[in-house]
Amino acid sequence: MSVLKLKELSKKPDLLTGGHRMCAGCGAPIVVRQVLAAIDEPVIIANATGCLEVATTIYPYSAWKLPWIHSAFENAAATISGVEAMYQSLKRQGKIPADTKIKFLAFGGDGGTYDIGLQALSGALERGHDFMYVCYDNGAYMNTGIQRSSATPFGADTTTSPAGKVLQGKTQKRKDLTKIALAHGAPYVAQASPHNWKDLMAKVQKAMSIEGPKFMNIIAPCNRGWRTQTNDAIALSRLGVNTCFWPLYEVADGVATVTYNPKKNRRPISEWLKPQGRFKHLFKPENDWMLKKFQDLVDENWRSVVGMHNASHPGEQIDPEEGKTW
Amino acid sequence: MKKVAMTGNVAVANAMRQINPDVCAAYPITPSTEIMQQFSTFVANGQVDTELVTVESEHSAMSACIGAAAAGGRVMNATSANGLALMWEMLYIAAGNRLPIVLSCVNRALSAPINIHCDHSDSMGARDSGWIQLYAENAQEAYDNTIQAVRIGEHPDLHLPVMSCMDGFIISHSIENLELLDDRQVGDFVGPYKGTAYPLLDLANPVTYGALHLQDYYIESRKQLHEAHKRAKNIVIEVGREYGKLSGRSYGLFETYKMDDAEIGIVALNSAAGTAKVVVDEFRAKGVKAGLLKPRLFRPFPYLEIADALKGLKALCVLDRADSFGAAGGPLFIEVRSALYDLPKRPVAINKIFGLGGRDLGLDDLRKVFEELVTLLDKGQAKSLYEYITVRE
Repeated sequence: MSVLKLKELSKKPDLLTGGHRMCAGCGAPIVVRQVLAAIDEPVIIANATGCLEVATTIYPYSAWKLPWIHSAFENAAATISGVEAMYQSLKRQGKIPADTKIKFLAFGGDGGTYDIGLQALSGALERGHDFMYVCYDNGAYMNTGIQRSSATPFGADTTTSPAGKVLQGKTQKRKDLTKIALAHGAPYVAQASPHNWKDLMAKVQKAMSIEGPKFMNIIAPCNRGWRTQTNDAIALSRLGVNTCFWPLYEVADGVATVTYNPKKNRRPISEWLKPQGRFKHLFKPENDWMLKKFQDLVDENWRSVVGMHNASHPGEQIDPEEGKTW
Repeated sequence: MKKVAMTGNVAVANAMRQINPDVCAAYPITPSTEIMQQFSTFVANGQVDTELVTVESEHSAMSACIGAAAAGGRVMNATSANGLALMWEMLYIAAGNRLPIVLSCVNRALSAPINIHCDHSDSMGARDSGWIQLYAENAQEAYDNTIQAVRIGEHPDLHLPVMSCMDGFIISHSIENLELLDDRQVGDFVGPYKGTAYPLLDLANPVTYGALHLQDYYIESRKQLHEAHKRAKNIVIEVGREYGKLSGRSYGLFETYKMDDAEIGIVALNSAAGTAKVVVDEFRAKGVKAGLLKPRLFRPFPYLEIADALKGLKALCVLDRADSFGAAGGPLFIEVRSALYDLPKRPVAINKIFGLGGRDLGLDDLRKVFEELVTLLDKGQAKSLYEYITVRE
């Protein structure tokens, strides 16, 4: 495992090349590059249909400098299962050298993972393939034009949960996919954010050192869908973590660890919501209850994650109220 | 070579054991379940080298097969009816990516209403997916086709997935006498796998599968698939001939039965052809020049050869074990009738939809069909072009 030094990392070849045609300021390619830069072994990727897939492989061009397969929307986990199974079979039969080491990754957005790909993901986690699924969560079906997914936050204005005269954006709260993955007993499950590249890449490296199915959920701001600026993906992912909307944690072989506790950097959720056009209507006086409800949902989730940490670390207790100064 | 008595499913499972694929996916659905169930015991007992991926759905079964075949190895699977329907999206993707997966389709009726018995609505619905389709009259043919499917699909001029079909329950669950080749003979016949042109596991030459083809490239990709299907016919014949040398059972595009001087004839797929042969013999005994054509290769459809084989008939009936609702006949009829169009002198052609959801096709049902064809010899005009038989009115 290579040491995570920025100078060394900058010398690694980009396996997702520039000119990949993702939008300016998109979080997803940053996530992909950080994940790939953290892995020393050769990688094969299965990609679900979505922005990342569609923008990076417009025939006859491909931005991928590694073996890569896209087959459909809902089946990245099943597709990589097949690739990995073939690798195991050929290796066992001596048809490829026994010392061949390959890491298998699947990438999918939240639509392709939380929603349509959930069954395939569940199956692959349960079967125990030696692979890692990375969900880049931008909180909606951005590729088709910002439709709500089960990852879309409460209250968000999307094209299928528009803020109107009667309904004020998405009426439901988010699905907690990370905990669903965890419930499969996968040996490594984590949440990460591209603003904290060291944390993200350390998690990838840890995951790669563990055999079996791994799952990482990574926040990936989308300025088109979030109605923000093209230069604030990193600022908004940092704020997403500091507001505890997106807790950074991992569960490795049953041991849950909060890898970053905002403490004095902790901010109210309104500071993350405010710069995002999709939450504009939450700041109307009559929707004040929605801001309160959103904060309650965030607090409830943070308490739950901290609770897992505290149960795993009797000597390093975290106070879930710490830093909450408002 | 040895003579055995086994069901169609067990025969196909044994063909798979002898082929020894690198990866198989398994998901249960009646009546194909037994194939992968039997194969699982071969895996559990170390009789094959296969990595078995016990997926959570047929959609994932075909997805895993696609990933595995793209990785670079031999891949097989089995399903029926709604399972095939759930795979639908992935069937097109397997063909479009030119991956020579072999799928055993044990024909069963599609829902609704739900039914577990035989008809061809499942594989007929997949006929435009780009897969090669072979049909089998009995367990022997299902076994033989499974082995040949590997060679056909992996042929360097094709790289196409192959669906090998047999009738659910009627063949899949009936014990028949058949001949199995020796394991070594099958191993030599299928040979080492060379069916993936650009394997993902070739790390030195990284390849992108499944890129977005827009208006500027999509149609060229589809045209290549179209051209591959045009090449398939001769390869099916070539492989069938070579298999004949090995087994004593030669295969072509279709089988004809007493067609040389026939005036009336039936065209039927799969097990119904066996029943029809009995009735052909009865009518021959009465001095009626009756015959049968049983297509084996349905995709690509060998329309020139079939038209040539039917050109001497005065009247014929196509039996369809599937409907194409609202069309000008069942799927097989549409193909056969279209094939006849360019003949200078066309036979009268009628269509009967029969046996949906496993309804028996009895000898009497077929006697009535032949009697109707006899009357057409004089009248030349059918009372009904397209109708259901074996049905309560």
